[in-house]
Amino acid sequence: MDFKDYYATLGVAPAATQAEIKRAYRKLARKYHPDVSKEADAEARFKELAEAYEALNDDEKRAAYDDAAERHRNGQAFGAQAGRDSGYEFSGAGNEAADNFDHSDFFEALFGRRGGAARSSRPQGPVVGGDHHARVQIDLLDAYRGGRRTITLRFPKRDDQGRVGMQDRQLEVNIPRGIREGQHLRLNGQGEAGFGDGPAGDLYLEIEFSPHPYFRVDGRDIYLDLPIAPWEAALGANVTAPTPDGSVELTVPAGSSAGRKLRLKGKGLPSVPPGDLYAVLSIALPPADNAPAQSAYRELSAAFGGFDPRRSLKV
Amino acid sequence: MSSSQPSTTLSVFIEQEVEFSLLELCRACSADSGQLMLLVEEGVLTPHGDAPHEWRFEGSALRRARAALRLGHDFELSPGATALVLDLVDEIDALKARLRRTSPR
Repeated sequence: MDFKDYYATLGVAPAATQAEIKRAYRKLARKYHPDVSKEADAEARFKELAEAYEALNDDEKRAAYDDAAERHRNGQAFGAQAGRDSGYEFSGAGNEAADNFDHSDFFEALFGRRGGAARSSRPQGPVVGGDHHARVQIDLLDAYRGGRRTITLRFPKRDDQGRVGMQDRQLEVNIPRGIREGQHLRLNGQGEAGFGDGPAGDLYLEIEFSPHPYFRVDGRDIYLDLPIAPWEAALGANVTAPTPDGSVELTVPAGSSAGRKLRLKGKGLPSVPPGDLYAVLSIALPPADNAPAQSAYRELSAAFGGFDPRRSLKV
Repeated sequence: MSSSQPSTTLSVFIEQEVEFSLLELCRACSADSGQLMLLVEEGVLTPHGDAPHEWRFEGSALRRARAALRLGHDFELSPGATALVLDLVDEIDALKARLRRTSPR
């Protein structure tokens, strides 16, 4: 297990004051919070930030971390793995965040796992288990067609000794046709087990599309950059374009310029009404890397003697 | 690590098939009713119905409520500030979508 430099994560010096630590955390959190950030790795970055802040924001935890860091520099083992009696103890209030279930192994080696603290008083009688949330990636085509998909979820599970390991769970899920990113499926009874005779909680899955090399999704509409040849743009052409659910014939009107959007009505994500697919034209220039090609370009130039592509720039 | 045969599970499409009562939404977000009532007061969530026990939230409220609760917790925001942040994020998303539609790459 690598030693984590929480000060570096927050970009502060080890001597930083609590106020400086808080300021640094807040500033980075505004940039990487997954609910406001569009950075690609926002979620992972934010998790690191939150963990670093949780360790350094609390006086006792920070002192324990500094001590472990000191011992790490001296080549000794860090963390509480030498046995509970030599571990760190904390009087601080329990973890307030509901889903603190995903601290790093490093954090847990140092501070132990107190995720169950919120439920320290055993409830009397049957109690419904908690609901769980997870995010799953499906292919765009799954959303076009719908149907059964097997998904694999990794989740932490505590064994009888209280140790936590990752376990895989496979579920067969019915993907509704036309489901979009950010929408949810609920799997009844697949959440946390209940207490006593209480029923299990539910599992909520948030849908995400796996990135596609050339389709972009905007709500229920799909965008595709469609390269065409200069003569196809000038003279018009029938070209074949891909859609997530098979290819279609598409008429490029004569005189099309780059950036023109051709709408394929109803070829977006299925719904009522269905989304559209937009083919955004881009013009691909054939390379002039041999004599006939160069002479073709020269002929083109001669035929369009009066053509000034920079006329609008008034130079 | 263990993995068992996939069991087929009934899945419900929240955004299309579900309406939440206040208590159901509380459970789905692990929140208490007071937190959600404040979000309704600020207009972050807009249930149908008058009194809290009559409220019916559309399935899409789940995502919004969870985002609001996360933001409120992580930045120690008041419900009013949370509402403002969510409105601004919505506006940025709409502008970015418009930009994608109008400018070729």
